[in-house]
Amino acid sequence: MSTATRSLPRTIGAHAILLTYTAIALFPVILVIMNSFKSRAGIFSEPLTPPTPKTFDLIGYTTVIGQGDFFHYFQNSLVVTVGSLFFVLLFGAMAAFALSEYRFRGNTLMGLYLALGIMIPIRLATVAILQLMVASGLVNTLTALILVYTAQGLPLAVFILSEFMKQVSDDLKNAGRIDGLSEYTIFFRLVLPLVRPSMATVAVFTMIPIWNDLWFPLILAPSEETKTVTLGAQLFLGQFVTNWNAILAALSLAILPVLILYVIFSRQLIRGITSGAVK
Amino acid sequence: MAADIRPKRPFRWHIAIFLAPAVLVYTAIMILPLAGTLQLSLFRNIDQHQVFVGLGNFRTLFGDPNWSVNFWNALRNNVWFFIIHMLVQNPIGVLLAALLSSPKLRFSAFYRTAIFVPTILSFVIVGFAWKLILSPLWGVAPHLLDFVGLKSLFTPWLGKEQYALTALSLVSVWQFIGIPMMLIYAALLSIPDEVIEAAECDGITGMSQFWKIKLPLILPSIGIISILTFVGNFNAFDLIYTAQGALAGPNYSTDILGTFLYRAFFGFQLQVGDPNMGATIATIMFLIILGGVCVYLFLIQTRLRRYQF
Repeated sequence: MSTATRSLPRTIGAHAILLTYTAIALFPVILVIMNSFKSRAGIFSEPLTPPTPKTFDLIGYTTVIGQGDFFHYFQNSLVVTVGSLFFVLLFGAMAAFALSEYRFRGNTLMGLYLALGIMIPIRLATVAILQLMVASGLVNTLTALILVYTAQGLPLAVFILSEFMKQVSDDLKNAGRIDGLSEYTIFFRLVLPLVRPSMATVAVFTMIPIWNDLWFPLILAPSEETKTVTLGAQLFLGQFVTNWNAILAALSLAILPVLILYVIFSRQLIRGITSGAVK
Repeated sequence: MAADIRPKRPFRWHIAIFLAPAVLVYTAIMILPLAGTLQLSLFRNIDQHQVFVGLGNFRTLFGDPNWSVNFWNALRNNVWFFIIHMLVQNPIGVLLAALLSSPKLRFSAFYRTAIFVPTILSFVIVGFAWKLILSPLWGVAPHLLDFVGLKSLFTPWLGKEQYALTALSLVSVWQFIGIPMMLIYAALLSIPDEVIEAAECDGITGMSQFWKIKLPLILPSIGIISILTFVGNFNAFDLIYTAQGALAGPNYSTDILGTFLYRAFFGFQLQVGDPNMGATIATIMFLIILGGVCVYLFLIQTRLRRYQF
């Protein structure tokens, strides 16, 4: 094609812009991680150079690990995220199956009702949620967070999963029915395994906002016992405003697990977004 | 079939059982509290009793100088926060997506992955990392400006009333640019090759191909990212809270509705928390977001032509 002859300058231009933006996107992350391995003098005298043997220092990490109860916070975050994820996926898939598989009166209305939560953020209900949690004695428990995040994740999960479940072949399900399988067996044995890739997509979408949320841990579960990593990091950073080594080390410790998970799942996530799930 | 002969089918319990958990949790934790919050905004706590005051709380919020000064300030700031996102985040997102989607571009997977990294980081990390970078104490920002000979432009942006909000909006843009980029990228990929080839046959290539062929086809996706940005911005809280604290300093110049709601509801320092006023602010945010979503659904989405291939 004729494009090949005139595309060289264009390609170089495209790469130049994309590289520049990639640098802007990654620079703060790299800067923080790089400087977390330096001594205090190194951080201030040469902020833009990688740690050298002269400036290398792990003092920040030893402070953080000695002071903050990060392992415990980490556990809390893990419990909350995995717990909510389990319920969002299970309940979401069940509801999506009911909506996409059966025709019944109120089907569309129910779909719209559940989709309401995609646009209206649950955060606006905080005042009454706190009252509800106080009344049921769930304040400062991880259960409260799991419940809230389950409700928060369900609308999008139902929406995306029902799109995918419509694509599962009817013949397969009907063959199952003729063989005498119950509707529950058809759902758990036939349909769920087939939509597993889209479940992974929903899982990633649901997980990131839950893991990173600051608002609900701050309001519903701020006690020492139930702090999540995000809240713990926030308070820790507030206390150590002047200890730059500790701050940079804490930031790096908070970035790394997310970054590692992202690198593992990025293909899944990007395929999910680009497969038209959010059409 | 047997079921068709009978006039009425038996109640299909499995449908109810499949729907029940999701509907129950969603209704109990989200819809009812949302309704409860809206209801609370009509009451006021007088001598430990909730007394119905109609729209009294809203009158206080709009008219009583103790509240209204902060409220209008937060609303104005929030609108500016949104404008910056629309003007900076979405055009850059579209540009990056257009570059990424050009065929035969090498390393596009790498660029995609790298540019999306900030989006997955928590606000705490983003807020603090940028606070450090922009801090005059550390000197990274002036150092970088020095490379391009613009060191004289540097001021402690986050500490100056006139710049702080814009600086934080740009940090938020930096964080979320991955979302419009990905959605537009997906939309561009879904344009069929025949359309592009037909355009090339007619001699429409390069920039004019983007403006005349591709842009009209991705308008629905631009509509979606606009409404997502709108909802996200009028619901924002975390970044301001981590970077500037609940008081949204300097001198409330970065206060947006989310931080205002937090202070009203929980109280901060000398101010006592007031659930009813919190609910009132949440109701206003609800109405703003609902209004935006309705404008999108009824005015924008119906006018955008959807092309089916």
